Amino acid sequence: MNAPTDLSPTVALVGNPNCGKTALFNALTGSRQKVANYPGVTVERKLGRLSTPGGRSIELLDLPGTYSLRARSPDEEITRDAVLDRLKDEIAPDLVVCVGDASNLRLALRLALELKHVGRPVMLALNMMDIARKRGIEIDLAKLSAELGVPVVSSVAVRRGGTDALLAELDRQLANLPAATIADWQAPDASGLRTAQREADRVLRAAVKMPSAPDLGTTRVDAVLLHPVAGLVILLAILFVMFQAVFAWAKPAMDLISDGFTWLGAFVGSLPMPELLQSFLKDGVIAGVGSVIVFLPQIVILFFFILLLEDLGYMARAAFLMDKIMGGAGLHGRAFIPLLSSFACAIPGIMATRVIDDRRDRLTTILVAPLMTCSARIPVYTLIISAFIPDREVWGFMGLQGLVMFGLYAVGIVGALTVSFVMKRLLWRSSVGEPFMLELPDYKIPQARSLIMGVFARAMAFLKRAGTTILSMMILIWVLASFPEAPAGATDPAINYSLAAMIGHFIEPVTMPLGFNWQINVALIPGMAAREVAVGALGTIYAVNGGAEATQQIGQALAGHWSLGTALALLAWYIFAPQCASTLAVIRRETGGWKWMWITFGYMLALAYVAALITYQVVAALGAG
Amino acid sequence: MSIFLPLVAIPAECYYEALAMTDTSTLALGEARVGFRGRISALDMSRADGAGLPAPELERRLLELGFVEGAMVELLHQGLFGGDPIAVRVAATTIALRRREAMAVVVTPQ
Repeated sequence: MNAPTDLSPTVALVGNPNCGKTALFNALTGSRQKVANYPGVTVERKLGRLSTPGGRSIELLDLPGTYSLRARSPDEEITRDAVLDRLKDEIAPDLVVCVGDASNLRLALRLALELKHVGRPVMLALNMMDIARKRGIEIDLAKLSAELGVPVVSSVAVRRGGTDALLAELDRQLANLPAATIADWQAPDASGLRTAQREADRVLRAAVKMPSAPDLGTTRVDAVLLHPVAGLVILLAILFVMFQAVFAWAKPAMDLISDGFTWLGAFVGSLPMPELLQSFLKDGVIAGVGSVIVFLPQIVILFFFILLLEDLGYMARAAFLMDKIMGGAGLHGRAFIPLLSSFACAIPGIMATRVIDDRRDRLTTILVAPLMTCSARIPVYTLIISAFIPDREVWGFMGLQGLVMFGLYAVGIVGALTVSFVMKRLLWRSSVGEPFMLELPDYKIPQARSLIMGVFARAMAFLKRAGTTILSMMILIWVLASFPEAPAGATDPAINYSLAAMIGHFIEPVTMPLGFNWQINVALIPGMAAREVAVGALGTIYAVNGGAEATQQIGQALAGHWSLGTALALLAWYIFAPQCASTLAVIRRETGGWKWMWITFGYMLALAYVAALITYQVVAALGAG
Repeated sequence: MSIFLPLVAIPAECYYEALAMTDTSTLALGEARVGFRGRISALDMSRADGAGLPAPELERRLLELGFVEGAMVELLHQGLFGGDPIAVRVAATTIALRRREAMAVVVTPQ
């Protein structure tokens, strides 16, 4: 399966986590990148193209970070199989570049020694050479190369010209590439690892002169940021700022997008065309896609913060600080980041669970991620709260409406922790759980370019999803809500004659104990596309004409039709209900089958039903049903 | 800052001395306090029976993160609840782990 000679050679980047491999990949390939998944698995395959000064065109493959080829997670398996040429349909790399953080070489050197056994030419690139130099670390490249037995070059991914030496060496290597030999790599046992690390330590002592005093910058910052009490307080403050930003900063952009789609809908509505086509474009396509794209600003801001904290080196610290708290609920410290992302949207959150090695820990996190209050619930919460909860102060300083909102978030979090706790005890009783072991990288100043590229990639992935899965879902739901058409001379809104209404009536006996009438049932169907679509659907059903101020009018209409019990039961329902087809689709993809998707759907539906039932019955018993 | 000894620039001949020593003062890294500095004298999986991994796998994970006999360690930080997890500098790398896994790392104070 080697590359035919007429194709450009493939070079693979392999390295420890946090070695700056991705920054190097970005510096080498710029925007000429393709990010896709490996077939059959959910590991990202990042391929880029670059041209060397010698005029060579190279395919550069960025493999997932690992400490060893002894793979423990799906990501690491890809790295192992790629360099060992075990991947079907993949071209094995002609040259493996082991990337090491020049200021922290010890573990990288062991990986480099391991890579010498994969049967392919290997070279070592010492990244972040500038930081190493600043700290007074002296590396004798020639000596290191001689001791290791592979070519060694230095690089500074973040500086212009910082990759020149690496590019020149790539040219030199590829000009007379030795043929691939038989791989004699075998998964090392403990004694093999010991021997290799001792050899790496020997090489390190021979070729690298460490400064007489170690760099204390990171230690000093950590004295504050990892302080048992102050560290947690600072983490909470960072989270507070993050959420403030996600909700407050995104508002103007979201309003703009929302107005834009409203205008577009009105514009299409004014064009002469058949009514059905008009409804399809306006209510199906434009309103549907618009209701999802409106979250783009929040997703961009959220990922900006996540990537910023990641690049700074803080995310591993956040996992460290949260490990015990999360562990109490049966979650892994690393689940913190995915669950945090789920507050914006469960989809990036579920995708972010890839950082969790252990399958059970990862499944638990995936299952509870949709319980985090995502931003799509906010329009529904806002609508019902503003219509049913009086706007007054409690205890003199807190708004009652805000308090209810906070309560809904809190119930979601408590629900997620409880579910993971129960899952850990019931389903996986035998397992103590994956140990929490991770490197706390030195703090680094993030690079604007890398940050922007990362945010851009996430935004594009989201838009692509909005353009495909969600669009098709929207069309299906529009069909349900539009057919059969209203009979001639009908006085009620057209949706009341549709398939959606039939379903709504059909399930009314089941939802009656929750205080849900058939109109609510109908609104929940389009609400499957995206939770907030239910708001617009309620507007349609209660024949409120849309527009920028429609929400307030919908609220008034609801206050006239529903009891307090119904409204509160619907809020309780929305905390737990699996009201998001896209999330379920992502769970299916990330867990590699239907089973876990249906388990998620089932347990969330059951929780939602019970929560709404209790809420409605209690409120009704108190006389407000 | 003279209390911070160089952690990596150690003469090679000192490296495995700790291995040979049968010192009664050894303890498990999992029971060390913040500020502890010492050298790894052994990896003993039998001490970490509460760990979430089978012994051979735990040993390999520890080795992969650089916990090798002879390496210098310093316990830098610990969490709020039960002093767990801990952040340990191994040579020049900082690793976070829980005390129950760190029990397998036998260290000699220096």
